[in-house]
Amino acid sequence: MKNKRAETLGDAVATIEDGATILLGGFGGTAVPEFLIDEVCDRGLRGLTVVSNNAGTNHSGLARLIGEGCVAKLVCTFPWAKESFIFKELYDSDKIELEIVPQGTLAERMRTAGAGLGGFLTPTAVGTDLAEGKQEFTIDGKEYLLELPLHADIALIKAHKADPRGNLIYRKSARNFGPIMAMAADYTIVEVAEEVAIGDLDPEVIVTPGVFVDSYYVTGPYKLGSGGNRNGGNQ
Amino acid sequence: MSAQSNFLTREQIAACVAADLEEDWLVNLGIGMPTLVPEFVPPGRDVMFHSENGVIGMGPAPAPGEEDQDLISAGKTLITLVPGGAYVHHTDSFAIARGGRLDCAVLGAFQVAANGDLCNWRLPNQTSGSVGGAMDIAAGAKRVFVTMTHTTRDGDAKIVAERSYPLTAGGVVTKIYTDMAVISVTPDGLALDAMAPGLTAEDVQAATGAPLDMSNAATISVAG
Repeated sequence: MKNKRAETLGDAVATIEDGATILLGGFGGTAVPEFLIDEVCDRGLRGLTVVSNNAGTNHSGLARLIGEGCVAKLVCTFPWAKESFIFKELYDSDKIELEIVPQGTLAERMRTAGAGLGGFLTPTAVGTDLAEGKQEFTIDGKEYLLELPLHADIALIKAHKADPRGNLIYRKSARNFGPIMAMAADYTIVEVAEEVAIGDLDPEVIVTPGVFVDSYYVTGPYKLGSGGNRNGGNQ
Repeated sequence: MSAQSNFLTREQIAACVAADLEEDWLVNLGIGMPTLVPEFVPPGRDVMFHSENGVIGMGPAPAPGEEDQDLISAGKTLITLVPGGAYVHHTDSFAIARGGRLDCAVLGAFQVAANGDLCNWRLPNQTSGSVGGAMDIAAGAKRVFVTMTHTTRDGDAKIVAERSYPLTAGGVVTKIYTDMAVISVTPDGLALDAMAPGLTAEDVQAATGAPLDMSNAATISVAG
């Protein structure tokens, strides 16, 4: 059996190259894989395209990655939160490109990529600015936009527990984009609070089966309720 | 026009919305004023709240010491889960929205047109906006209730004959709750259901940029 456990953070992110497209888990400050992101920062990678719901919170996680100039393009649903001031600074000085995608469309584009489909039709954004350049279809009298799969080289996500096969469970609303991003990338890297033995996770409740996971790094138990973020949780 | 003091407070607007939420509905709440709605749902009426980040059965803020950073709302505030609630991932959460499982979405708005066009994601003078889940939820919910002030700070109507702001979703708004009135969007245009105590139907019409059917207008009963 292939050992998916990475003993060091360096080993965990060693496969990421300059110019990679990276799916970054998390919603607001919850479930952001900050240990993995910090290691990517430390490697000084450049020209990354990052897909993330938000544009970074204060100075940590994605905000740090953006601030250190690693990110060339951000694909995002909610870039203009006040805590994303580092992104705004770089955007205002033309140092980063932005693509805005409705949140449900973003999620489904990744699921579509993971499911081997060529696209999907959605009623979301019909008639809006975000429909520009997209093909429209009318099915049974209702209008839809064609949306294409969003595939990536890498996914960096956070989960609660993993077993050595890479089976994952999540915790509360920290599940958010994790299971979908794990499907949509060539290589999925997970930071988990806890590693358990094979057989310890109830097969009925495994959310992400290990087939979608390539590598995981164990951060050690965090105080439940703190968000587990190395830089101080959601605040 | 009657004095400003006759206008409804944010809490009173939220109470008007809450009174219209029905037993067994699943309801999505936008950020801002809509988040005030749950506390005004009449006791004993079972309404479930959906949060786009994968929470079905969003409960109130946690008691001191019970905070959990892994459990937040779409507005990034700390929440709880009600008994019988569930967690889902993002594609399931938005399948609920687009798939017609939301009985109602309560959203803020910059502008609403008489045909139900909703404008709430970007101002006309901005080159970009934060769309979040607004377009998916507005396009998919069975009903869209809007909460907002009746006019801009400059006194311009936010309820208009034709939209001039960037569109979020076309023809989706079913009811509008403001500090002056409750207005329904019907196939025949806008109907004034009720106005704040102390205001006349003509006061509301004067602050509205589209014709109102005033034939069934009542006065909102405000508790307290």
